[in-house]
Amino acid sequence: MSESAMSSVVDAEARVTKLAVSDLSVALTGSGAPILKEVGFHLRAGEVYALVGESGSGKSITSLAIMRLLPDALQVTGGDVQYGDRSLFALTEQEMQEYRGRRIAMIFQDALTSLNPVQRVGAQIEETLMRHTSLSGAEARKRVVQLFEEVGLPEPDKRLDFFPHQLSGGQQQRVMIAMALACEPEVLVADEPTTALDVTIQLQVLDLIRELAKKRDLGVLLITHDMGVVRNIAHRVGVMYQGEIIEEAEVDQFFHNPQEAYSQKLIDSLPDMTHYMHGTADDPLLEVKDLEVHFPIRRGVLQRIKGYTKAVDGISFSIGRGETLALVGESGSGKSTTGRAILNLEPATAGEIRFKGDAIQALKRREMLPYRKQIQVIFQSPFSSMNPRMTIGHILEEGMVSLGLQLTAAERSERVASLLSRVRLEPEFRHRYPHEFSGGQRQRIAIARALAVDPELIICDEPTSALDVSIRAEVLELLLDLQREFGVSYLFITHDLSIVPHLAHRLAVMQDGRIVEQGSAESVLTDPQHPYTRALLESVPRID
Amino acid sequence: MFAYIVRRLIYAVPILIGVNLLTFILFFIVNSPDDMARSQLGEKYVTAAAIENWKIENGYDKPLFHNAEAGGFYAYTDTIFYTKSMRLFAFDFGRSESGRDITADVSQRMWPSVALALPTFVTGIWVNICVALMVVMFRGTKLDRWAVLVFVSLMSISYLFYIIGGQYMVAKLWRLVPISGFNPTADAWKFLILPVVVGVVAGIGAGARWYRTLFIEEASQDYVRTARAKGLSEIRILFRHILPNALIPILTGVVVLIPTLFMGSLLMESFFGIPGLGSYMLDAIRSQDFAIVRSMVFIGSVLYIIGLILTDISYTWADPRVRLN
Amino acid sequence: MDTVKIVVLWSDLLIYLLAASLTLFFWNMRGNPITAARWRQVFGTRLGMATFVVLGAYIMIALLDSLHFRLALEEDPGQKSDQVYFDNQVVSVLDLALGDMATEHERTYSAPFALQSFEKVNMKNADGVSYRDFPRLEHAGAHLADPADRGSDLVLQSLIGLAKGGVLALIFVGMQWFFLRGSTLPWRAAWTTQAVIICFAAWLIHIGNLYHVLGTDQAGNDVLYKSIKGVRTGVLLGTLATLVMLPIAVSLGIAAGYFKGWVDDVVQYLYTTLSSIPGILLIAASVLLFQVYIDLNPEFFEIGLEKADARFIALCFILGVTSWATLCRLMRAETLKISQLEYVQAAHAFGVSHFRIITRHILPNVVHIILITFVLDFSALVLAEAVLSYIGVGIDPAMASWGNMINTARSELSREPAIWWTLSGAFFFMFSLVLSANLFSDLVRDAFDPRTGLEGAA
Repeated sequence: MSESAMSSVVDAEARVTKLAVSDLSVALTGSGAPILKEVGFHLRAGEVYALVGESGSGKSITSLAIMRLLPDALQVTGGDVQYGDRSLFALTEQEMQEYRGRRIAMIFQDALTSLNPVQRVGAQIEETLMRHTSLSGAEARKRVVQLFEEVGLPEPDKRLDFFPHQLSGGQQQRVMIAMALACEPEVLVADEPTTALDVTIQLQVLDLIRELAKKRDLGVLLITHDMGVVRNIAHRVGVMYQGEIIEEAEVDQFFHNPQEAYSQKLIDSLPDMTHYMHGTADDPLLEVKDLEVHFPIRRGVLQRIKGYTKAVDGISFSIGRGETLALVGESGSGKSTTGRAILNLEPATAGEIRFKGDAIQALKRREMLPYRKQIQVIFQSPFSSMNPRMTIGHILEEGMVSLGLQLTAAERSERVASLLSRVRLEPEFRHRYPHEFSGGQRQRIAIARALAVDPELIICDEPTSALDVSIRAEVLELLLDLQREFGVSYLFITHDLSIVPHLAHRLAVMQDGRIVEQGSAESVLTDPQHPYTRALLESVPRID
Repeated sequence: MFAYIVRRLIYAVPILIGVNLLTFILFFIVNSPDDMARSQLGEKYVTAAAIENWKIENGYDKPLFHNAEAGGFYAYTDTIFYTKSMRLFAFDFGRSESGRDITADVSQRMWPSVALALPTFVTGIWVNICVALMVVMFRGTKLDRWAVLVFVSLMSISYLFYIIGGQYMVAKLWRLVPISGFNPTADAWKFLILPVVVGVVAGIGAGARWYRTLFIEEASQDYVRTARAKGLSEIRILFRHILPNALIPILTGVVVLIPTLFMGSLLMESFFGIPGLGSYMLDAIRSQDFAIVRSMVFIGSVLYIIGLILTDISYTWADPRVRLN
Repeated sequence: MDTVKIVVLWSDLLIYLLAASLTLFFWNMRGNPITAARWRQVFGTRLGMATFVVLGAYIMIALLDSLHFRLALEEDPGQKSDQVYFDNQVVSVLDLALGDMATEHERTYSAPFALQSFEKVNMKNADGVSYRDFPRLEHAGAHLADPADRGSDLVLQSLIGLAKGGVLALIFVGMQWFFLRGSTLPWRAAWTTQAVIICFAAWLIHIGNLYHVLGTDQAGNDVLYKSIKGVRTGVLLGTLATLVMLPIAVSLGIAAGYFKGWVDDVVQYLYTTLSSIPGILLIAASVLLFQVYIDLNPEFFEIGLEKADARFIALCFILGVTSWATLCRLMRAETLKISQLEYVQAAHAFGVSHFRIITRHILPNVVHIILITFVLDFSALVLAEAVLSYIGVGIDPAMASWGNMINTARSELSREPAIWWTLSGAFFFMFSLVLSANLFSDLVRDAFDPRTGLEGAA
């Protein structure tokens, strides 16, 4: 937390209110079901106001309603948005177009899809300039170069003529920010601007937004689900829950003394980096030695193999009985490929994978079957990890049937019931279909499915990253309980360093297909040796 | 890019051999030379000698695939498959069963086909895009829903009704232009205008509906929302953002058809008496002249493959994200 | 003694098999709540209900027209009593329902509702003087005492016909109302459509037995009767050809997308090769060759209708076998996508066999594409039939079909004055079938295609 934020808190009252939202209500067009219920807040010049909430809380709808960009399925049923002394809802569409981009600008979560894929990025910004200012041609182009410099894009005069897909994710978001700031708006609405980015890039983009807000005296409405982001750059915070703002406070006051239980729950989701898991096992269950997974690159007339993408490039680690190893890395680091190779879903190019001493990396389908009973997997997405056309009962039984557990139908259904109660779900749920459950419930069903065959090792591939923070903790807790109860080992693949202390005995940090550092979770996190580990660690938000 | 085109051309060879093999099986195995002789000679009780005689005269007296009598290389070339099918690769189409030179016929009849198909094609796309754009401007309103209903109704009418109706109304009732015929001079437009108009009108239902779907799909993309957040007007968003992106799928659907324009249209040409390849094929089908049908199958396949390659090339030109390799 | 001899054509068998399997298919699809919700979306619209009823009516006609039999001929005086001879004419249940429409032949063309022939012929009056005039039709309006009464008679008979229809509709709709009162679906649209169709049909049958509603053709056959007989051909072709195509496209597409590698290469090669051949030429050549086969082997077919039927089934097969490339490509792409999904990966991790993964995980999740293709292709095939018949490679001219009607109508229209009713008959029946199929398939696609779901949300 910086001093500038502190000082701004002090003189916040003196600042001009830029945007005043009052009693804003939004409902579904057809059924009239309420989505937003009398949302109200103020945004002042030079401050970052964070609207924080979980998926479905209505925070994005609020931002779109302010911009009058709601989809046809939704409509404003009451309330007002005041910009200065004008009501935005009283403007004609033509007048509103003068406000959008000129006075209130917006940036979105996914920069790649939010930029026109067939237009050069420079042209997309020039278009905004020409719409709202008298600049044109060479002048506009010059202005774009300045903007690119300001948002920290390297070689701005060259980047101008790039298409969006030729830029990296962080650069795309910088272009979005440059585009939003092009006409010097007074209010910036940022809808989850960093969620799609890797953690190290997230920090840079957040710094940029904070800096620009200060420099340009910009009012920033920041929509986010991430308490770490709030902690990092917001001055004031409003907590949204089921279409309402349930609590509003200065950021420091909020983190030290939240009024609502729900707010407390959100704050608790922030990592606790003081308590670590201890105790390691000597008896290795899984040993991975010099594992390589390469994908061929084909080129030329005859499609000869011209090279390899080295997704996993010679890594070694081991997991003991009842132990959790966290494999941490950013997207493209090869961590998921490692998991798939252990499951024999991806052929290993070289190296050894030993399970209880047996080499399993080159086994045929049938030879692998006995090991499949012992090594199971939980995937990231609660939506695509279960066949939508099978009942929960069938999903849970599938593994028992195909792995030849000698059970009668009655025994199987008894087992399904006990599995469901073990993951704290009702046994009656077995007759339902996956879409009837929430994300957290589905992830628990996925855990039950893995447990169905009594595995000794479960590979967890980002099992919590698609979940809301409040549910995330419950799922992690469940995994820990199961480990205590059954002594199962986990290979926990994640991009989120913050959950590691609570969860893993040991930690391996992966970058570009290699493990750059590994050791006990405590030693790596308290005394990181590799610069990349340090960079990852810096991007983790903390409560001081 | 160059390597890509070369590779695609190499891939085309097995496909064309496959096409030839398939047509060969259809024409010579399902319908053996003996059967052909019998149906050509036309009498129910033809003698075996007459059949043999016909086969020798028409070059069907050789074995189908493998000629054991001829030595070496000739074991494969001195067969019906080789003499009748493989020489198509050299664009040597031989003679039709009525004795006409197919290559000469094709090169002569190609141009009237293009003269009809090209204007129909270009105007059709242009009209469909315009109509679809107009409808998309009113998306979500009653007008849009009615327009879709009209499109669906238009596409539920058989092509034949358009042609017959058009001929009846324009040429017979109002006597504006000749009903049918062709004259390869400056007057050609008089004969072409009616079939072109009929062709365009018949295509509006399906075409405009498809393009509307593409436009609407683009309109729901994130970048359109960004464009709105920039304060751009709806018209500008439609023409500068939605249209260029929607042109990509339109292009890929359309470019593949360009080479096949040379093949002409079976229905149009026969109804309007235009001496192109379409009516040539129809006559061949009706008189069961399999030599012509076989040649046209080959030409059609070659043109389609050229169309596929052109599609890929046009993709790179329209969409900066696509690189061929 | 037998009075009828049942004739089972191959196509009759197929149509009933088809109806049974479709019913089973839809029944099975009800099991899953998502699928049920999607069907509710289709039938929750008035348009969906109305078009489905129209399609249902067409299918009913096709089914009734697929129960064929031959009536026993009346005994000749010299015939042995235990010997029964059957009429060479095959009739269907539909023919019975239509009454005498089939047999009321005139000599040649006559206009709709006309009492006189369309062409003048030489006639002799009572005095033996020959003159040229339009002769009175044999069957149309034969019950009229005075031709001048035609106008009032038409009104009267229409009312009778409509009254019959009204009573029928009332009973029919009333029964449904009794059982479906509690439903939230827009049944009113369905009932209105049913009532209109029943009244219209009753009127057509009543008036059609007294007059030629759509005139007669060159051979003096009732055009309305021909148009109605074309329904079976259209409906059957539209479904059967797709049904032939489905197993090929689905199995090859899924195999290519699931196993990848050389299987994928082979399948891709096959469909690229097939789709590079101009479709119409391939179909034309295949049909011609089959025709040659039929002509060379006349001994296989007992009656003329069987020959026509064989050609018809062959056409369906040819259309099916030549048109699987598009669906196969879709299946391959979708399977590639689903194979990457986590639930398939999880199944692999459980060691589930390939067969089980395909049947339990992949197939049920591509069914919506199959369904969409089925309904979309239906109308395309009905339209294609007309074009193929025009080219001369379609339905056997001995079989009633709209394509054959349009084909003859072309030259009739160029006569002076033009004969427009054959074309109108084909147009009306074909257009209403294709339009309702297209509208219905639009709704099905909107409900089942995940992509259009997005469109609605934005």
